[in-house]
Amino acid sequence: MATSHSTITANTGTTTDRATRTRHGALGTSALRPDGLPKVQGRFAFSSDAWADNMLWGATLRSPHPYARIVRIDTSGALAINGVSAVVTADDVPGKLTYGLIASDQPVFARDFVRYAGEPVAAVAADHPETARRALQAIVVEYEVLAPLVDAEAAIDSTRAAIHPDGNVIRRQRIVRGDQQLVGEVVVEGTYEIGMQDQAFLGLEAALALPDDDGHGVELFVATQWLHEDQKQIAACLNLEPSRVRLTLGGVGGAFGGREDISLQVHCCLLALVTKRPIKMQYGREESFFGHIHRHPATIFMRHHADRDGTLRRVESRLVLDGGAYASTSSAVLINAVTHVQGPYQCENATVDGYAVRTNNPPCGAMRGFGVVQACFAHESQMDKLAAACGISPVDIRLKNAMRTGDKLITGQVVESVAPVERCIRETAALPMPEPLPEAPDPLQIPGGSGLTARRSNIRRGVGWGVSIKNLMYSEGFDDYATARCRLANGVATLQFATAEVGQGFVVLAQQIARSVLGVDTVLLEPISTDIGSAGSTSASRQTWMSGGAVDGACRLVRERLFATVAEQNGLDPLRLAIDGTDVVDTMGALRVPVADATRGLSFDETFEHHHRKTEELDENGQGNCHVAFAFVAHRAVVDVDPDLGLVKVVQVATAQDVGRVLNPLAALGQIEGGIAQGLGLAVMEEIVLRDGKMRNPSFTDYLLPTALDAPDVVATMIEEPEPQAPLGAKGIGEPPCISVTPAIVAAIRAATGRELPRTPVRPQDIVFGP
Amino acid sequence: MSNEFYRLRVNGVDHDVRDAWAGESLLYVLRERLGLPGTKGACEQGECGSCTVIMDGEAVCSCLVMAATAVEADIVTVEGLAVDGEPTDVQQSFVDAGGVQCGFCTPGLIVAVHHLLDRNPSPSDLEIKEAISGNICRCTGYGRIFEAVRQARDARAANKG
Repeated sequence: MATSHSTITANTGTTTDRATRTRHGALGTSALRPDGLPKVQGRFAFSSDAWADNMLWGATLRSPHPYARIVRIDTSGALAINGVSAVVTADDVPGKLTYGLIASDQPVFARDFVRYAGEPVAAVAADHPETARRALQAIVVEYEVLAPLVDAEAAIDSTRAAIHPDGNVIRRQRIVRGDQQLVGEVVVEGTYEIGMQDQAFLGLEAALALPDDDGHGVELFVATQWLHEDQKQIAACLNLEPSRVRLTLGGVGGAFGGREDISLQVHCCLLALVTKRPIKMQYGREESFFGHIHRHPATIFMRHHADRDGTLRRVESRLVLDGGAYASTSSAVLINAVTHVQGPYQCENATVDGYAVRTNNPPCGAMRGFGVVQACFAHESQMDKLAAACGISPVDIRLKNAMRTGDKLITGQVVESVAPVERCIRETAALPMPEPLPEAPDPLQIPGGSGLTARRSNIRRGVGWGVSIKNLMYSEGFDDYATARCRLANGVATLQFATAEVGQGFVVLAQQIARSVLGVDTVLLEPISTDIGSAGSTSASRQTWMSGGAVDGACRLVRERLFATVAEQNGLDPLRLAIDGTDVVDTMGALRVPVADATRGLSFDETFEHHHRKTEELDENGQGNCHVAFAFVAHRAVVDVDPDLGLVKVVQVATAQDVGRVLNPLAALGQIEGGIAQGLGLAVMEEIVLRDGKMRNPSFTDYLLPTALDAPDVVATMIEEPEPQAPLGAKGIGEPPCISVTPAIVAAIRAATGRELPRTPVRPQDIVFGP
Repeated sequence: MSNEFYRLRVNGVDHDVRDAWAGESLLYVLRERLGLPGTKGACEQGECGSCTVIMDGEAVCSCLVMAATAVEADIVTVEGLAVDGEPTDVQQSFVDAGGVQCGFCTPGLIVAVHHLLDRNPSPSDLEIKEAISGNICRCTGYGRIFEAVRQARDARAANKG
């Protein structure tokens, strides 16, 4: 297979662009993002920066109890406060009382029961955030506190009555494939736990709602991942025509899955309609922890059967994902977990049983990696156990079983995607190892950092591996299409789409596509809003493929019209025309016309919808072509550990990622480095700690995030084998970086300490006292 | 009440703050009263550095400063760094090196890096990491941010040479 290869050494940022002839700013170059300058100058308007004359501040009252019956709500004390304009509860919701991405099971405001600590009960509008805060304190809610269901197993075994009309099991999915009795020559097993991770995007939930004068519509500026899905859910709850709920993307300060569900959208719009004034709502950090869903904590049992030489024969697994109080995307997260649980390895036989359950813990849903993160921690921990049992290296066990294009998943689906798993592993292994820790290191280089807690002589170094497979786009028959519009006039292209730019850089990619397809330099972007058809969600590593495909399609339609016009003017067959640089050229003749000249006084305007190929639902045995495409990645982690103190410093992460084609090397590297930091967080520090359903650490003081001193050196290689299915040859690159890095780091800690470490994040006590 | 006010000096300009609740943070007053929303708030606890401003030459978290206590101080925000609207060397290096993704942490980082390079024009890589370890970035994993700071550092050194 013909492949090209661009290596990026992340430490130095030196890049080797393969296309030296490529025009600056076109596809394949490290074009600079158009929002970069406003962002560094503080001029970029995030949703929290929105402001309107005469606006009021909205705030939300939340349940302090994980499970309780609401006996009575008295809002009169709040309404009596000077400066308070409105208090709303479930009784004021004019339309549907619930919302949800897949099942509509989450109340706009709790009415009869609260099912998690932090559930919204009421909202107020006031003239100042402090007035709003006092108004919340003045609302009296009488609760009959109930014993919360916080144990996921108890949600399955029917020992507890249903805590929601939809029941305590959100979804169960089995995968039954091949020989169900097969016992391998070598059998290894384990039970693995993954903690609850938070997206911890920096830009807190915020929105500004402007009511229409007639009271029958609203305009919302909001940070979200999917404008049209928000629009649909808001309109239903407010009993408005969807066309009367107009959304414009406010600047988004990160998302990572945490903005896929509704948070303050309905509350903010409802307060605007009730008060007939603009409403600004903005969560604080603590409220943000309560206000959005998290990564599912999971318990995964796995048993691997293999031949003595390490050839994988059968996987058995039981997965339990705690979905918390409401369904969110739990059913889709579960499908991702069960269908990826064998990892990027060929395996003929599988016996898998997965549950996503409802409890009175905080709701869980989408976070970067979406179910595959949990599955990967289990299967990669198992691969290391299998390697040890077979007496071969972690690299060799993975190479021996590496999936190839044409192999079948445990769902029976043929992997038609380019599947360079072996290359990912070999090229990662070929990346340089870090220097040894110096004999007299700077305190900042050692575990524990500047506190001078670890002694040099105590520090042990370990190396660990992780490899993963991740589906791209939505699954199970869902048509998550994307729409884009392109206008070309006087040599300037203008693009319009509803694709949520959350930081990933779609805005620069869209410009690059237009430059390459149309031969223009100037590409303007319309505001991102519901004024055009849906682009689907910025999630599932899908926007480069889907919205990129839509922009590419719209630009190509415009180019056809441009060629037709030029051809007619010159008496040529339009099929002879092509774009070369910024010119239209006759590939069989001498004609060369600058695009700017060819479009003078003309305007072409085309809209295109990109749909991926159809997928199907799984049958009761978990068989079916449920996914669109796949991407692969390998990670090797090097850590220094002080085993006595349980302190870890991640020294280096090496990675080779299957990207299809690199469209913007700088932006791609940013995704890889950023994903690795998030996976590092889940490996060694990030966890929402719950006690009886209540969060113990909803703040950045207590929920630890990787800082500049925690970030490892990253050495990255991107493997370019263009994906035939993908409109631009490029696979999504957002999720893979954060998936197998977590098990790689934990494996490295195991290697340094000899501990079993079946749980992530690894805590100091696990290293010091664990088995 | 209506005659009560205090005066803040921000980016070289005096602003009268009138009818304000005395409990307001400097971050709130900058953003909501003085029309300077470039400074961001993300944790309200001084943990993330998004709200970093320079107060009398020191980098501080404006979420932790009561605005009314800053009356004697000379305050510089991200909006006050540029000269005649042109980006500073640090701002330009963040754009060029890919140090910006969602951009929410960026204004605080830009201020922190200016503060670092003004004190220490040639920081080592480790000193760079330490200096910005109070600024959380959730998108980039910091790699391109380190590169941006190195570029700004090296360009300043080259200009002096």
